[in-house]
Amino acid sequence: MVQTEILKVEHLKKYFPVEKGFLEKLFTRTRRFVRAVDDVSFSINKGEVFTLAGESGCGKTTTGRVVLKLLPPTSGRIFFKGEDITDLEGRHVRLLRRKFQMIFQDPYASFSPRMSIGDAIGHPLQIHGLVSDRANKRKKVLQMLERVGLTPGEQFIDLYPHQFSGGQRQRAAIARSLILDPEFIVADEPVSMIDVSIRTTIIDLLMKLRKELELTFLFITHDLAVAKYISDRIAIMYLGKIVELGDKNEIFSKPLHPYTQALLSAIPVPDPERKRREVELRGEVPSAIDIPSGCRFHTRCKSPYKECLKTEPELVKVSPSHYVACLREK
Amino acid sequence: MKPSLLEVDGLTVNYATMRGNIRAVENASFSMGDSEVLGLVGESGSGKSTLGLSLVRLVPPPGRIIGGHAFLRNKNILELGEEDMRYVRGRQISYVFQDPMMSLNPVKKIGDHFVELIRTHDPLISREKAVARTRKILESVGIQPERIDDYPHQLSGGMRQRVMIALAITLNPSLVIADEPTTALDVIVQSKILDLLQNLRKSFGMSLILITHDLSIVLERCDNVVVMYAGQLVEYASTVELSKNPRHPYTQGLLRSIPNIELKDQKLSAISGSPPSMLDLPKGCHFWPRCPHVMKVCHEKDPILVDTENGHLTRCFLYGGE
Repeated sequence: MVQTEILKVEHLKKYFPVEKGFLEKLFTRTRRFVRAVDDVSFSINKGEVFTLAGESGCGKTTTGRVVLKLLPPTSGRIFFKGEDITDLEGRHVRLLRRKFQMIFQDPYASFSPRMSIGDAIGHPLQIHGLVSDRANKRKKVLQMLERVGLTPGEQFIDLYPHQFSGGQRQRAAIARSLILDPEFIVADEPVSMIDVSIRTTIIDLLMKLRKELELTFLFITHDLAVAKYISDRIAIMYLGKIVELGDKNEIFSKPLHPYTQALLSAIPVPDPERKRREVELRGEVPSAIDIPSGCRFHTRCKSPYKECLKTEPELVKVSPSHYVACLREK
Repeated sequence: MKPSLLEVDGLTVNYATMRGNIRAVENASFSMGDSEVLGLVGESGSGKSTLGLSLVRLVPPPGRIIGGHAFLRNKNILELGEEDMRYVRGRQISYVFQDPMMSLNPVKKIGDHFVELIRTHDPLISREKAVARTRKILESVGIQPERIDDYPHQLSGGMRQRVMIALAITLNPSLVIADEPTTALDVIVQSKILDLLQNLRKSFGMSLILITHDLSIVLERCDNVVVMYAGQLVEYASTVELSKNPRHPYTQGLLRSIPNIELKDQKLSAISGSPPSMLDLPKGCHFWPRCPHVMKVCHEKDPILVDTENGHLTRCFLYGGE
């Protein structure tokens, strides 16, 4: 099967300037930056679930937002279906937005409390001028509600967000992001605020829709157990960089980067009789303002080489579907 | 029978709200022994935190403990006067809250939190001695003693939680209750904090109640487990027994819905429906609208907790429970 690339990101960087205090402004000239995303490249094939995983502050959400053009990149290029969209503006971006959408983490914060669910879901249709009249809009919204499992749609369309349970609200959020018939979805921690007993239904819904509507997902999560369940490929981020990228099964069966290994060993396993290994990792994540020299992971690595303090490792191919950025794997 | 540290019997907590009475905890009974780690697991609103708070008598109003006993070393702590209760808190039972930023005083140095705590409970101790003790305690939870003069905002989330744990063990209590101590933390820090809590049992012989929504953590780290649903204790067993032989349909559903990264091609399934509103609980068993094994009797009567085998307690008509 020929795989078509739907999204490609090359050397993406996003730096945020650090606000200085008054005295600092007077006496220093250097500007400092939070290097939230620091040279990230990857591509996503059509129909794939590609996951960016890492701890808080690793730049996964910022990457997702830059990809959707919700934030301008500091440098780097973004391609959507072969077209360079990095510098698109105004009307062109709006046209593009129909094709890609976002699902947010917090279904409570992403709905206006004063808009009925039906209006909220139908709103994008109005903005993009895709419906001629109210009846038409209602029909489309009803179809979408049923598609995400809020059946019968008539029972939900006129309700307000506070009348929904957490799981139902996330379903409604999914309905809203799909109403424009997009091809590419960025899902940022879509299940982390949902109770465990119903989390699987939301994941299964996303995977069902992916098949039915031929969607491609960029999935952002800190939860590797969930990532393992749904992804095709996974990229592990640390301090703004991808340190390991590969086929899901390779990442989980033979993680190569010491950071990936530590992350995996830290995931709780629901088995009382299994012998637990302690996580082999020193210290804490350094600040994204003062990123360590050389390999940015060397301050926490269990056995860094001398060279790691000086040379920044590149992401290198270790197998056709597995890349790692570590000098020990050269 | 093994002498127990904590014996809870029929504990019931009620919140009298404007919209009606909420039985946040209904008739909870369990016991735990010395240097035991007990997991208290349930979804949001299941009453697990209220149960934890009621054991230190800190249920916030309008919540009130309206029934039951809780014996700590054969003394009913629910009947103690406020003055005696203050003695129990900290010295016998202490509590670690979820959000350390909310529990530490932002304008006070880390060390001062400890000195105040030590000297309130023992006014005769000198400041120097209290400081020396603080340094030792900080070191025992993996914080450099030099950080004693830092303010809470200068510490990372994981370190703040270590400080909270250090405060909880300062007076050497026999029971520490940790309420979602790692929910706000990343997985690596979480793992280290949980290691620390478990080590307290080894080094100080403390017992621990770990309150969490994450059954994986409980199965990995605890000896015994209490499963709560809609204010009720629905199952109690050792973690080994629970994972091999879950009895209550809710527990069975939960176990099927949590991913295990050690398994290949795991198929997960969810529990249908969603947790009930505590203001509008279903009549009979609280779980019947979501239960795959629902029977006629479940709509009519509330099952009671029964010992199904060797101390494995279940609240379900499938196993008696009449």
